[in-house]
Amino acid sequence: MTDLTHTPSPDHSNTVVLAHGGGGQLTDQLVAQSVLPRLTNDVLADLLDAAVVDAGPGRLALTIDGYVVQPLEFPGGDIGRLAISGTVNDLAVSGAAPAAIALGLILEEGLDRAVLDRVMDSIGRAADEAGVRVVTGDTKVVGRGQADGMYITTAGVGFVSGEPPHPGRVRAGDVLILNGPIADHGLAVMLAREMPEVRSVLRSDVAPLNRLIAKVLERTDGVRFMRDPTRSGVAGVVADLAERTGLRIVLEQEAVPLRPETNHAAEMLGLDPLEVANEGKVIIVADPAAAAEILAVLRDDPLGAGAAVVGRVEAADAPLAELHTAIGGRRIIQKPYGEQLPRIC
Amino acid sequence: MTRRSIDMAEVLDRLNTAAAAIDRTVTLMEICGTHTVAAFRCGLHSLMPQNVRLLSGPGCPVCVTSQSDIDMMVALGSLEGVIVCTYGDMIRVPGATGSLETARSQGAQVRVVYSAMDAVQFAAEHRDRQVVFAAVGFETTTPATAAAVVEADRRKLDNFTILTSHKLVVPAIKALLDGGDVSLDGFLCPGHVSVIIGAEAYRPIVHEYHMRCVIAGFETLGMAAGLTRLTEQVRDGQVLLENMYPQAVTSEGNRVAQELIARVFEPATVAWRALGEIPESGLVLRPQYHQFDAQRRFNLAAPDSPDPEGCLCGQVITGRATPHDCGLFGTACTPIHPIGPCMVSFEGTCQAWFKYRRPAEPASAGGRS
Repeated sequence: MTDLTHTPSPDHSNTVVLAHGGGGQLTDQLVAQSVLPRLTNDVLADLLDAAVVDAGPGRLALTIDGYVVQPLEFPGGDIGRLAISGTVNDLAVSGAAPAAIALGLILEEGLDRAVLDRVMDSIGRAADEAGVRVVTGDTKVVGRGQADGMYITTAGVGFVSGEPPHPGRVRAGDVLILNGPIADHGLAVMLAREMPEVRSVLRSDVAPLNRLIAKVLERTDGVRFMRDPTRSGVAGVVADLAERTGLRIVLEQEAVPLRPETNHAAEMLGLDPLEVANEGKVIIVADPAAAAEILAVLRDDPLGAGAAVVGRVEAADAPLAELHTAIGGRRIIQKPYGEQLPRIC
Repeated sequence: MTRRSIDMAEVLDRLNTAAAAIDRTVTLMEICGTHTVAAFRCGLHSLMPQNVRLLSGPGCPVCVTSQSDIDMMVALGSLEGVIVCTYGDMIRVPGATGSLETARSQGAQVRVVYSAMDAVQFAAEHRDRQVVFAAVGFETTTPATAAAVVEADRRKLDNFTILTSHKLVVPAIKALLDGGDVSLDGFLCPGHVSVIIGAEAYRPIVHEYHMRCVIAGFETLGMAAGLTRLTEQVRDGQVLLENMYPQAVTSEGNRVAQELIARVFEPATVAWRALGEIPESGLVLRPQYHQFDAQRRFNLAAPDSPDPEGCLCGQVITGRATPHDCGLFGTACTPIHPIGPCMVSFEGTCQAWFKYRRPAEPASAGGRS
C-alpha cells in the first residue's frame, strides 16, 4: 500500500541537515552560503587548515569560550554577538589587543537556516565593531535533540604590549570603576527564556569593549586590573578580587549604576542584581589619582556613558568583599553558587 | 542624599529612640523568607539597635516542606514517563535519596517552571507524558495552583497531577506559639501572603495569643517601618494589629483568590519540617479533584523520612536556634553542599546568614543582642 501521508524530507536549503556537517559538498555549500559572505576577509577566504596571521607587538594572549545561551536570539543581541563580544572582552580586559578569532559552530539538525544566517550576520557586525577578523572556523552538525539549536565556541588571540593588568598590582586605596548599568544581560535573557509572554523593555548590554578599553589604556595611566563581570556578575568579580588580593573590597550600592526597570525585574524574580550576568561591562581597578581621567574617557564613549566610581580597595586583616547598602547598612558579598533560581513567591 | 535614605534615617531614628526606652531585649520574628533575605541584602541587621533581635520564622516554603514530601518528588521524577515540574528553588533540596537536581543529572525528567499554569500548558503539549507539578508555597502561590487544577479539569487533561505541599501561615504561627519554646514580642507579617488572606486573618494571633502583628511590604523602608512600629508598641505597652502595607493589603484580602482556593482545596492536618503535624495547617485537593492528586495517581505512600542527622533547620525556623548553634553550619553544610533546606533556599535563614552576614557581627540571632 502506498503511504500518501509521508512527511517531506527536510529541505537543506531552509534547514540544517546532518549532511551539512559531513565535510563534503553540502558542508562547502553551507560555508559558502551562510558563513563566508558574512565574515569575509582574505585569510578566512583561503579556507586552509590553519589561519596564518601576522604577530603583533608584545606577548601573545589566548582565550576560548563556549556559548550555549537560550534563546539564541534575545532582546539586545544573540548568540553570535555574544560569542564575539565575550571572547573579545576576555582579551581586552587582559590588556590585549584582539587580533584574530577562530569560530566553532555546532549546529543541531533541523535548525532553521534563516536563524543561522541571522546569527552569522550578527557575528559579522560584532566583529566589525570590534575591528577583529574571524580567520578560521569549523562547522559540525549533531542529531536532533543532541544540541539546543546551536552552540558556538570562539577562541581569540591578541597581543599585549606593556605590563598587563593583574590582580597582583592592586593596592589599598585603589578605586573600582564600572562603565555603566549592571544586570541588563542576565535579566533580559532570563525574561526572554522563561517568560516570553512578558513584554519587557530590558535589553542585553552585550557589546565588544576592546576599543573602549584600548582608549582607556592609551590615554590614561593607572589601570591596575580589569575584569568583565559576566556570569557571576559584579559580586563574583569583587569577591574573587578580595580573595586574590587578600584586601577588603567595598562597594557602594548607591553608586552602582542600575536601571530602575532592571532592578524591578530582579526584585520580581528574587535575584540580586549584583549576581546577574553582564556582557558589555568592565570593572576597572585603578589608582585613585587616575580615576577622573579614566571616567572622562569612558563617559566620552556610548559604551561608557554611565560610568561611575563604585567602590574602593581597603587594607584588611582578612580578605572581604563588602557592600555598603543604600540605607547605610553593611553586608558581605560572596560569589554566587551556581544556577540563578527564581524564588517561589 | 536621596529622598529614600532621608526617610530611612527618620525611621531608624524612631526605631533607636523606641529601643532605647526599653530596658530589655525585644525579640521580633519575621515569618516570610522574602523578608529574611531582603533584610540581609540591604544590611538591615547591621543597623538594628543593640536590644532588638530579629529572628526568622517558618515562612520559607522550601524550608518547611517535609523531608517525606521531597522524597516523594524525587521518587516521582525517577518514574518512567513522568516529568516533575517544580519551582526553581526546590530542585536542590536534598531528601533521603538525593535531590531533584541529582535525580535530573541521572536522567530524571525535572523541569523548572515559573507558574503552575506553565506546567498545565506543558502537560497539554505532551499528552504522552505524565506531568506532575510539585505544588509548594503559602497562600501566595496556592491560588495559582488552584487555577491550574481548574484549567486542567476544563481541558480534561488526564496527564496532569499535583503533589501538594501547600501550607497556611496562620496555623503555623499558632503552632509556634502553642509550642511555647520561643519568647517573642511580635511578628513582622508577610506582605504577599497578606494580600491574599487579608489583615484580619491575624486578628486571632493578637486577640487569643496577645501577640503584636504588623504587616509590612518587602521594600527596605517598609520593613524597617514595620519593625519600628513593633518596637514602639512594646515601648508603649500596646498589642495591636497594624497594616503598614495598605496599598496592597486590605482587611479582608483577595476574595476571588480565597474562593478559588476553597473551591479546589480543603484544609487538612499536614506535616511541617520541625513543627511536625499541625491540625488544619495545609491544603489537600477536594474529593471532586482527586483525579489530579499525584499521590493517588501513582499510589505513593508518604515515606517516613527523618530530618538529616545533626541538622538544626527545624529549630532555626522556629526561632529556637540560630544557624551558628548548628554544628553543621558553614562546615559540613554550605550553599554548595547543603544538608538542610534552610541552606538550600536562597530565602532560607542559614543561606542568608552564610551569604550576607559580616564576620564581625556577633553570633546572636539576626540583630545584635
